[in-house]
Amino acid sequence: MTADHRHGSDSPATRTEAIEALLVGKGLVKSAAVDALVERYEQDVGPLRGARVVAQAWTDPAFRARLLEDGMPAIRELGFGDNTDAHVARLVVKENTDSVHNLVVCTLCSCYPWAVLGLPPAWYKSPAYRSRAVREPRRLLAELGLDLSPDVEVRVWDSSAEVRYMVLPQRPEGTDGLGVEELTGLVTRDSMIGVERLQRTG
Amino acid sequence: MNLPVRLDEDGAAAPPRENGELAFSAPWESRLFGLTMALVEVGRLDWEAFRGRLIGGIAAWEATARDEEWSYWLRWQEALEDSLEAAGLVAAPEIDRLTGQFAARPHGHDHRHDRDHHHEHSMENDE
Repeated sequence: MTADHRHGSDSPATRTEAIEALLVGKGLVKSAAVDALVERYEQDVGPLRGARVVAQAWTDPAFRARLLEDGMPAIRELGFGDNTDAHVARLVVKENTDSVHNLVVCTLCSCYPWAVLGLPPAWYKSPAYRSRAVREPRRLLAELGLDLSPDVEVRVWDSSAEVRYMVLPQRPEGTDGLGVEELTGLVTRDSMIGVERLQRTG
Repeated sequence: MNLPVRLDEDGAAAPPRENGELAFSAPWESRLFGLTMALVEVGRLDWEAFRGRLIGGIAAWEATARDEEWSYWLRWQEALEDSLEAAGLVAAPEIDRLTGQFAARPHGHDHRHDRDHHHEHSMENDE
């Protein structure tokens, strides 16, 4: 199991290249699949915890009240949070309603409630999103496919190192009969950032 | 959302992160990561067994005083090599040999365009 002999004078980059060439040569992996996986992990990992939190809030009014009061302790009730970012003092959950739509951004960098939402999508870090979310959120949302009626107020929440925000989306209509597990499957990352409204899906 | 495994977020086996994102400091690190995940995805590598080797390797490294600078991704590389060897997929001498060949390639603008030098990883026909 000891591997001390390996990295003597070889550069790990060359060694990795050799491993990849061997694996590709043996037909065990395709380089394109490797590209895709790196991209997926960098952009897409794990909003599942957040989805579970949302589904719980939809089905358990007392939990929802606690969640909106103070996010982290409520999330720990579900067994999440022990591994979460110790630097984040607070997680604030903002509830969407018929009259209020919340949107999360980090104008300074790319602070993100990754403990519940996983890795941020690439666009979240883009200068365009960061500036336009504040300057013209309604137009930005429309471009992202979310047309809000003029009587819906848009509230933009700017994340920081100390406070991270997450949106509690509205429960889609026609989902009354669904349990927590099925509801969890309906909740998308984008809806918890606030750039998407959940629809009932077939 | 169809990722092969859930990565550790805490503890010795957790990959380095920055603001929640995986932190790679060199291209080979993300390449190594992607290779591993690709193998897991197609069922060629058992994630839990790999993870166990990674944790063991990190613990062994930490238990030994050395001058070598800490590198999470080097431990990952060792764990992957051990896993590949244990699974009978790639033997260490094969890796050593090809690494030596690659290391001996001429570099820079004066390299020869011979068959051993590809800018992309397309060594399928190189035996």
